[in-house]
Amino acid sequence: MRPLTDEETKTMFEKLSKYIGENIKLLVDRPDGSYCFRLHNDRVYYMSEKILKLATNISRDKLVSVGTCFGKFTKTSKFRLHITALDYLAPYAKFKVWVKPGAEQSFLYGNHVLKSGLGRITENTVQYQGVVVYSMADVPLGFGVAAKSTQECRRVDPMSIVVFHQTDVGEFIRNEDTLT
Amino acid sequence: MGRKFDPTNNVKRGPGRKSRKQQGAENELAKFITDEDTEQKRLSSRGRKRAAKRVQKVKKPEDAAEEKNKTVFTDENSKWLKPATRKRKLDAAESEDSSDEHWEDEEDEEEEEKVEQQQQVKKGGKDKGKKAAKSKIKPVAEEVKDAEDDEAEDDADGAEDDDDDEEMVDDYGTLDDVSGDAAEEESDGDEELLPIERAAKKAKKLKEILDLDSDEDDDDEEDDDKDGEKDEKSDEEDTVQANMDEMDQFRLPGAEESEKEGVLMCVDLKEIHQRIKDNIEVLCNFSTRREEGKDRAEYIALLKKDLCTYYSYNDFLIEKLIDLFPLSELVDFLEANEIHRPVTIRTNTLKTRRRDLAQALINRGVNLDPLGKWSKVGLVIYDSSVPVGATPEYLAGQYMLQGASSFLPVMALSPQEGELVLDMSSAPGGKTTYIAQLMRNTGVIVANDANADRLKSVVGNIHRLGVTNTVVCNYDGRRFPKVMGGFDRVLLDAPCSGTGVIAKDPVVKTSKDEADIQRSAHLQKELILAAIDSVNAGSASGGYLVYCTCSIMVEENEWVVDYALKKRNVKLVSTGLDFGKEGFTRFRERRFHPTLKLTRRFYPHSHNMDGFFVAKLKKFSKCYSIRVRRERRG
Repeated sequence: MRPLTDEETKTMFEKLSKYIGENIKLLVDRPDGSYCFRLHNDRVYYMSEKILKLATNISRDKLVSVGTCFGKFTKTSKFRLHITALDYLAPYAKFKVWVKPGAEQSFLYGNHVLKSGLGRITENTVQYQGVVVYSMADVPLGFGVAAKSTQECRRVDPMSIVVFHQTDVGEFIRNEDTLT
Repeated sequence: MGRKFDPTNNVKRGPGRKSRKQQGAENELAKFITDEDTEQKRLSSRGRKRAAKRVQKVKKPEDAAEEKNKTVFTDENSKWLKPATRKRKLDAAESEDSSDEHWEDEEDEEEEEKVEQQQQVKKGGKDKGKKAAKSKIKPVAEEVKDAEDDEAEDDADGAEDDDDDEEMVDDYGTLDDVSGDAAEEESDGDEELLPIERAAKKAKKLKEILDLDSDEDDDDEEDDDKDGEKDEKSDEEDTVQANMDEMDQFRLPGAEESEKEGVLMCVDLKEIHQRIKDNIEVLCNFSTRREEGKDRAEYIALLKKDLCTYYSYNDFLIEKLIDLFPLSELVDFLEANEIHRPVTIRTNTLKTRRRDLAQALINRGVNLDPLGKWSKVGLVIYDSSVPVGATPEYLAGQYMLQGASSFLPVMALSPQEGELVLDMSSAPGGKTTYIAQLMRNTGVIVANDANADRLKSVVGNIHRLGVTNTVVCNYDGRRFPKVMGGFDRVLLDAPCSGTGVIAKDPVVKTSKDEADIQRSAHLQKELILAAIDSVNAGSASGGYLVYCTCSIMVEENEWVVDYALKKRNVKLVSTGLDFGKEGFTRFRERRFHPTLKLTRRFYPHSHNMDGFFVAKLKKFSKCYSIRVRRERRG
């Protein structure tokens, strides 16, 4: 486990800012103690200093996970967000998409969101903006990328894709092995 | 794949997925289905058999003439051929034979049509014979009519074939065959009856016959079949006699009888069940109900054997269970192991409230209820139209599928906010997340498990339920005090033989023996000492250890805790659970510390949850206990 290098920090923050914008600083400077990002087995974990100190007791090969996993660096040193980061992304998300109850299941199986399943969408969403997907009951389901801007969404036919699927909470079951 | 969506064709949405039509399917289907297909349907395998039988019935007289040695039961050979005792098997063989012949026949006929002239030279004699036979058949109109009725009869046969175990288990197997003729004669009459009705009728008839049997030695039966059935008959009389005995007083079967039973292997489970019941009744008030000259050990030995057969346990486990439970409870326990416990879920109070969750699930068609007064977060699921482990609520981490029994150790542990807690064997993370939810995501939880593969589910569940205060590691629990210590509370859900969760994993019934129990008890003793050593005795709020297993063996529970009491400066405290049975303070030859009655046992039959043991210990000093110190000095 080690702190992130400057480059890694930059890559990761760039990615995060697609979803939560300038709210990143709320993640780093928290009123309830200092929190930090640490890299372990190519994965980025977010934890409080208190947990970090305790985790140093555990040798590297025996440590499986600390705090919350945000995502992982690929072999080409890109950063990929995991569904496990949803708990931190959802409250700070700038752009949100709500899906209708009928389309909920389809999204949770890894499909894109179609216009017919679109319940609500944040105003002024631009194309290719990172969005967090919610159910109509305001339960965060995952995140993706807006395929169309809000204006376009009004016009397109019901079978066209409006949000590209990136991750959804169904992955807790589907890819349990690769979460860590 | 090639089907295109047609927006003009609006397909009606039915109530369910199955009833909904695939879009454009009818157009597609029309391409594949030709007139030929719809015209003639290929017969099913049963249909083919029936057809074969029909042909065979027609052919029968010829067969009888041609091959006298064949064991077919017709009117002609009834004198020397008796109805077979293993009726069903023979039937099957017969039908196979006949079907083969039938196919041959057809081929023959086809060939006849095609190349008659050539064939005539080759097998002239045979064909002539056949033709003669065919002409012979025609006058026998009755037989042909029979063939018409065949289908109904065949159905009856089929029914008999299907429930063959019914036939195997039949108390009065021989009688069944005796009455078989009559039944067959009848079968024409009750074609309209369902198979079950027919069976009931048969049973009724049997009863009548039996009554005759017991009143006066039956005469009509003997007339029918004097030859060859005498020994069987005596047997059957025996069973009747035994039944009569059971009515008033339970009688131990003699050694030779039980031996016979062992050899024959055709034991009747219903009879055994009755015997178990009677046996236990006798054993419960032994002095009055016992049979003269038989001692308790004989009764117990029989009971043990019967329980092993009926519930398919191994001898070792049954013996242990007999020691553990009073006999009146034993059968309840064994029966409870045959049925599954209700599915229970725990609300994740970090994300939702129980009322909201219950409402959301009810809207999805889940039938549920609160778990009980003792839990504020549990819900029982009676039935569900959706898989409970894959609803959007589950994926969003609003609840956790968890047995009712695994709430208990966490409730006993009662972790406080801001504490440092160790869960020594945490997989799959149900208890760990419950601890986190009681601590409201403050403090730190160290979730350990020795198995790296099982830790994946821990990580998944922790993240799904939004728990952020955990460190997951993969140590052997016995090494833990060296890794880190000073925990306020430790939960040790020790690996065990699993004798409390037989309903979940029936393999336990036969796979465990003395060595397995000893082995896990030894591991548990090592683990409990390691757990105690990890606890910080001077902790302001804690210093507690909860030890629990899903086993009900005394060796893995009370004995282990008693061992820890001797080895370390710990004392038992109340678990804070107001139900459950008290732990044993004495068991057979063993005497445990009197405070062991503060531990709690839970059983499937009395609490409708998995068998479980919970003990809560408080560490009051860092030093080893006096006895250990003395030992070390000496």
